[in-house]
Amino acid sequence: MVQEAAQGAHKVQSEAQADSPESAGAVRALILTGFGINCEEEFAAAYRLAGAEATIVHLNQVMHGQVSIHDFDVLNFPGGFSFGDDLGSGVVLANKLRYRQNGPDGRTLLDDIRQFIAAGKFVFGICNGFQVLVKLGLLPNLGGSVTPEVTLTHNASGRYEDRWVTLRVNPKANTPFLKGIDTLEVPVRHGEGRLVIPDQATQAAIEAAGLNCLTYADFDGGATDVYPFNPNGAALNCAGLSDTTGQVFGLMPHPEAFLSAYNHPDWARRRRAGQTDEEGQGLRIFKNIVEHITQLHAAAAPAPQFATRN
Amino acid sequence: MPNTTHTIQLTLKPGQHDGDGQRVAEAAARHLGLTTGRVRSAALYTVRYPLTETQLSDFATRCLADPVLHDVRLNELTAAPGFATYILVARRPGVTDDEGTSAQNALADILNEPLDVHTQHIFSKKLYLLENDLPEADLRRIAEELLGNKLINWLEVGRVADGIRDYTPRPGGGAEAITEVISLTGRTDAELLQLSKENIYALNLEEMRAVRDYFAAPATQAERQAAGLPADPTDCELEIIAQTWSEHCKHKEFAALINYKDLETGEEKQVDSLFKTYIKDATSEVDRQLRANGNDWLVKVFSDNAGAVRINADSLFVWKVETHNSPSAIDPYGGAITGILGNNRDPLATGIGGARLLFNTNVLCFGNPEYDGPLLTGQLHPRRILEGVRKGIEDGGNKSGVPTVNGAIVFDDRYAGKPLVYCGTGAVMPMQFAGLDSWEKKIDAGDRIVMAGGRVGKDGIHGATFSSIELDETAPATAVQIGSPITQKLAMDFLLLAARRGLLKCSTDNGAGGLSSSVGELAGISGGAVVELEKVPLKYPGLRPWEIFVSESQERFTLVVEPGKMAEIAALGQEMEVELTDIGHFTSDGFLDVRFDGAPVARLNMEFLHEGVPRKILEAEWTKPAAAEPQVPAQTDYTATLTQLLGSLNICSRESVIRQYDHEVKGRTIVKPLMGATGQAPQDAAVVRFNFESWEGVAVSNGIIPRYGDLDAYHMSAGAFDEGVRQIIAVGGKLPNLTPGDGIFWSVNDNFCVPDSVYDPISNPDGKQKLAKLVRMCEALRDATAAYCIPLTSGKDSMKNDFKADGVKISVPPTVLYSMTAKMEDVRRAVTSDFKQDDDVVYLLGETHDELGGSEFYALHGQLGANVPKVDFANAKALYTLIGQANDQGLIQSCHDLSDGGLAVALAETTFGYGYGAEVELPAAGLPLATQLFSESHSRFLATVAPEDVVAFEALLGSRGTRLGRVTPDGQLTVRHAGQTVVSASTATLRAAWTNGPVNKLLGVVSKDNLSHSNSL
Repeated sequence: MVQEAAQGAHKVQSEAQADSPESAGAVRALILTGFGINCEEEFAAAYRLAGAEATIVHLNQVMHGQVSIHDFDVLNFPGGFSFGDDLGSGVVLANKLRYRQNGPDGRTLLDDIRQFIAAGKFVFGICNGFQVLVKLGLLPNLGGSVTPEVTLTHNASGRYEDRWVTLRVNPKANTPFLKGIDTLEVPVRHGEGRLVIPDQATQAAIEAAGLNCLTYADFDGGATDVYPFNPNGAALNCAGLSDTTGQVFGLMPHPEAFLSAYNHPDWARRRRAGQTDEEGQGLRIFKNIVEHITQLHAAAAPAPQFATRN
Repeated sequence: MPNTTHTIQLTLKPGQHDGDGQRVAEAAARHLGLTTGRVRSAALYTVRYPLTETQLSDFATRCLADPVLHDVRLNELTAAPGFATYILVARRPGVTDDEGTSAQNALADILNEPLDVHTQHIFSKKLYLLENDLPEADLRRIAEELLGNKLINWLEVGRVADGIRDYTPRPGGGAEAITEVISLTGRTDAELLQLSKENIYALNLEEMRAVRDYFAAPATQAERQAAGLPADPTDCELEIIAQTWSEHCKHKEFAALINYKDLETGEEKQVDSLFKTYIKDATSEVDRQLRANGNDWLVKVFSDNAGAVRINADSLFVWKVETHNSPSAIDPYGGAITGILGNNRDPLATGIGGARLLFNTNVLCFGNPEYDGPLLTGQLHPRRILEGVRKGIEDGGNKSGVPTVNGAIVFDDRYAGKPLVYCGTGAVMPMQFAGLDSWEKKIDAGDRIVMAGGRVGKDGIHGATFSSIELDETAPATAVQIGSPITQKLAMDFLLLAARRGLLKCSTDNGAGGLSSSVGELAGISGGAVVELEKVPLKYPGLRPWEIFVSESQERFTLVVEPGKMAEIAALGQEMEVELTDIGHFTSDGFLDVRFDGAPVARLNMEFLHEGVPRKILEAEWTKPAAAEPQVPAQTDYTATLTQLLGSLNICSRESVIRQYDHEVKGRTIVKPLMGATGQAPQDAAVVRFNFESWEGVAVSNGIIPRYGDLDAYHMSAGAFDEGVRQIIAVGGKLPNLTPGDGIFWSVNDNFCVPDSVYDPISNPDGKQKLAKLVRMCEALRDATAAYCIPLTSGKDSMKNDFKADGVKISVPPTVLYSMTAKMEDVRRAVTSDFKQDDDVVYLLGETHDELGGSEFYALHGQLGANVPKVDFANAKALYTLIGQANDQGLIQSCHDLSDGGLAVALAETTFGYGYGAEVELPAAGLPLATQLFSESHSRFLATVAPEDVVAFEALLGSRGTRLGRVTPDGQLTVRHAGQTVVSASTATLRAAWTNGPVNKLLGVVSKDNLSHSNSL
């Protein structure tokens, strides 16, 4: 049926794509949507506020080859309930990326993503998007073979919850997404965010490499396993992971839901107390990666114009 | 040849936390007093698809199982040692199985084969293994009261030693595409009524006679003969009429002629339609006043699926609130999820369709969840209804990516039969799609009828008629539907894009009455339609034509598409994996013409269908209920009373419910239900911004106070309206039309939910009094809209909220909800309820009266009282205008409206956001202390002002503000009166009383302490 749809070769172009500025040399962020993903709009807003070009595309546009991820600098998996999350969060989408063969050469989107990462580009997943990256094995990917090494499952509380938490960045973290950030307030909104690490060796390897880059923290900023500061009972009190290259990064909480200071539950009192900054803390992650990619672009040296004309 | 039926069982690996199993054990102990021992849960998938052994194993281990968590067993239904009994929870035939559908999706991906995901090949089930050897009756209780619903689930229980019995549904079968003819001629009145009852037409005698007469008329006979239809009506025709004429769809009682008598004053009058007199005409008058003042933002009222008002030159705000009471009574989860998803479809399919959903609200009325008595046949325990409805709203909202930003829960024993489930949805729509006005619904003959989204099954047949009668123990299982949020999300994404590309001429949703209702209503625009039912895609075979036409299978839209755009829209549907089916076209010949494989199934005159229902004439008699003010002994210290009130069912924290709803997806929620550093300060109204480019937004509130209706339905309704208004004023909203052309829109939905109010000497002897209450509620509504110049834009009435079983009737108290939205010019200027800084000055705004009637304070003493709070609209409007001016000058730091529990409860709640306290001195003269503390007089606020702004604030507010004291840094709440300390408490203690109230205790995260406590019961 999906193949039939491909033959329809009808290009789904989202509004966001039509709206996005076409400035040359800008950082290009590709944001996937469709099939129950539902945080794509704020994800795109975050990149735009950070100065990047954001393009929202339906997953089928990528699966059917109408849009190539290789035309972008950073590939983003937003939150939501992909395919309803009925088999476990992110499972069906991860499965589709791994197994669904697109086109005659039997290539999967995961093949493309691996090539994308090998080319030094970036992959970012939030909430359901993080779950997809973990179930695919792109995180933490200690062995480099992209097979699932850890998992995310039902919160210890057994329930979905929306509440604000404080995160602390692991000083050993090596991902550009978190550069210069010490702590971060963000909302969690999930039912399946408890990281489970199957064995000591895997845990030790994650810790040694600082891949557990974000930790749930209490009021004093210390890592905690106490509910509700740690809202789901995650191993290592871990809220987010990166891979060993730092190019692939994901977290359960929602930085894209804190783009404005007015998203915070305590904004009114803080403003009364003199806080004037209208920017939300979540935006820092997006500014970080956009700045990092901009620097990479600059370092890659703009090819002299006559060279491309030859 | 590979085997075609397989079973895959996933169990958790040893050492993995089995939260699901643990919850079953806890709930069995907590709610049923049963000791299960350890409980292990397993997921089962039955696959009816030819797979080789390798394919099966690959599918199970790579797609379904999580390598970290699960062990896989193939084709064996066995239990691990140590478990004596089991419960298997499967679905009945045709019940939505999203998990099975997802598994099919995964199977298609790993096989890389096209696989028709619309045919069910995979059936998901749950298996629970219990350590203890419980008797079958106990296992059945756990299965039926905790794990499943007999109407939708197939439940197997037993001993493991006897073998685990499996069950896989085989939907459909039996019936064929047969249309029957039902003769009405010669039937006696009793026989006509009997036919109506047996077939769940829910039509009364006069209506049945009108139907009979239509078919007997010579003109009809001639037309039918010419068109090749039988002289007598077909089953499909009677079903269409029953659905179209149902109270649910036609609002016959709100359109009735009512003879109203006030037995106290002797006044008699005739009300020519409640809807026309008190709602439509009142809004027309408001609109006239608005337009006269340059405020022309009211764009569409009452004539579409939702009301629309203009935000600015580019966009419209669309707002709709509905109820889903009857379905929620018999299947709380399914009822609530289809309620919210169904309500989402209203703004989605307003005008052309394709609005972007911005937020959901929900207001719920339940019986006491701690009820500890016997239940009637077919009645579900209020706790179960609460938990099921809550879960339905969680899944319906969260999985659609729509934040649930505001709501309320009201408890009253009279909601124990039928709960009330109000679902609201706000959306934003561009003014134009591809150059056409987005809010218009235009249809011409020749336009195609396209069904989009889910497929049709037997689920939800008779929903519209069933909800129009009182509920009893024989409620039909087919009236239940299970929603599929993922199916709807796909359809919603598709609709957004199709509208923006100009592919849609217009659209409507398939809700109550299914295609019969959606096509029937749209056909009214062009003047007719031809529907070819054999083209409608089915979930499974075996539906009769009439069933296909009236089925309420969910997640479907009916689209109107110009013939020239069919190819493009079909391609878009295919790309986005949304099934579109061309099922006919519109005509202008004045007939609704339904066919199956070319044979006529129904052909009804549109005018008769839409205008032929006989008008009802109803009787109403008002007598003022006897009521007296009780003697409640005065106390010198009210700390304990305040603490008790904070922990009472109707005031205590709803945090455990609120946090399970996503209230900030989309990243636009500025004022959430709970705010402050603690995240525990309750707010009066939500504030949501429209987008990331501007600071314009909308405030959202809900006014509902059914309790006061026991004293006076007029003042209950007026008070509820005022409550909704003042909540929006509290968060910084402004009344409309205060300045010419200010463009501050208000859009209000009214939702009446009342018991059967049609008098019958035997079955409803107090029907006249009930109807009089409804009339008075409507009168108050008219007065309120006129006073505030606030228009109603849409609404709904639900007229038969009674539950009858075992000779007992439980009727809801007459209830009205006013769901309000108002434009906020700059959401950054929103005001939250909690105290912001020590030394800020605390004011009471508005006036307290001797109005403890119906108060929570009296309820605490088991009293109702007599002095119901009354709204003085002129005074209220003057105060709200002043508060708006104060906010313009930035003078107010916090503002909380006074409602349940009065001033004392508001004072406590405003300390919950941070560690602040307050020192307050109440006026020594005037009202008694208890009245000052606990009266629930309307139109009042507790506000704080920075010390430097006190002079300006007092100059502006004058006598409307009473200075009470100041915010303190010490976390102590102290109230003094006439030199005495009358309340003195740590705010942490007060907050604990509020947080540990019955709702969070019942639904909160179970701590180990709670568990051991309940085990000992």
